[in-house]
Amino acid sequence: MIELHIILLFMIVAAFLAIEMRGLLSSVIALGAVGMGLVLQFLLLRAPDLAIVQLVVEILILIILIRATVKLDRPSESRLRENWAYLFCVLLFGGVFLFFGYRALTGLPVFGDPAMRVSSYYIENALEGTGAANIVSAILLDFRAYDTLGEVTILFTSIVGAIAVLRKIGRKK
Amino acid sequence: MKEHGMSLPVKRITRITVALIFFYGLYIAIHGHLSPGGGFAGGVIFALSMIHIVLAFGRENTMKVLSGAAASMLESAGALAFLLIALGGVFAGAFFLNFLPEGEPFSLFSAGTIVFSNMAIFVKVGAGLFAVFLVMALLRTDDSVQNNEGEDR
Repeated sequence: MIELHIILLFMIVAAFLAIEMRGLLSSVIALGAVGMGLVLQFLLLRAPDLAIVQLVVEILILIILIRATVKLDRPSESRLRENWAYLFCVLLFGGVFLFFGYRALTGLPVFGDPAMRVSSYYIENALEGTGAANIVSAILLDFRAYDTLGEVTILFTSIVGAIAVLRKIGRKK
Repeated sequence: MKEHGMSLPVKRITRITVALIFFYGLYIAIHGHLSPGGGFAGGVIFALSMIHIVLAFGRENTMKVLSGAAASMLESAGALAFLLIALGGVFAGAFFLNFLPEGEPFSLFSAGTIVFSNMAIFVKVGAGLFAVFLVMALLRTDDSVQNNEGEDR
């Protein structure tokens, strides 16, 4: 478990760097470090499906972000003035978030303890019920295919919206 | 008329590697019910192979392989195919019922409709993400000056 915490610390440091860096390209590369740390986390937690998806989506996002930022690399200068009201807000919201986060997370079951009824049914019946050797595919595309249909609809709608907003026809100068 | 895309070594290497990346994505999607991966991951790799062509050869040459309109049509066809597989279950009893035979576990043609759902999602995600990337690349070259077109990276 100690390696999980080391990678988590690395991701937190990289996330801070992504905010604090001057120059957009450095920020984008620090953001990529956060994503690659997440890939390692998924591999250590034995979730190769999630690791593959996270890896390829991270590469796609990095290509799009670098392509969008590499020619307009301007340092960001607009920052909040650091006075006492700013510090007070940070401490107040940080404290509230930590308090309720502690209260909520201590009530969860122990990590890696599959006590849920539905998931134990899936684990026992995935191979006999569907014939798929990969249980993640069996759950995504057979047991919970309604959720996948909703996900496909969301992706379809967002892509149609992006194309409709960014298309060449009908754009005014 | 300047030449589009990157330099000659990049283009030569790209000719070799694009096919490898594309077939790796296809492998991940087809074997989604046997090994880690699935339609979504395979589709993103498919989109990445097409983006590879855009980065190496420029946008104009890529539009001859797969234009934006064709990518949009492929995406819609993938979504419709997924919905048709779901509707096929209605005739066998219930929405999203796995109506095909299960087959022998750990063989390629097993798990009934899961293989075809993976392929539909593969086409849909790959073509959709590639269409979004094409639209974004188009937006940038419109905003920048036209003589930047040659070094379209």
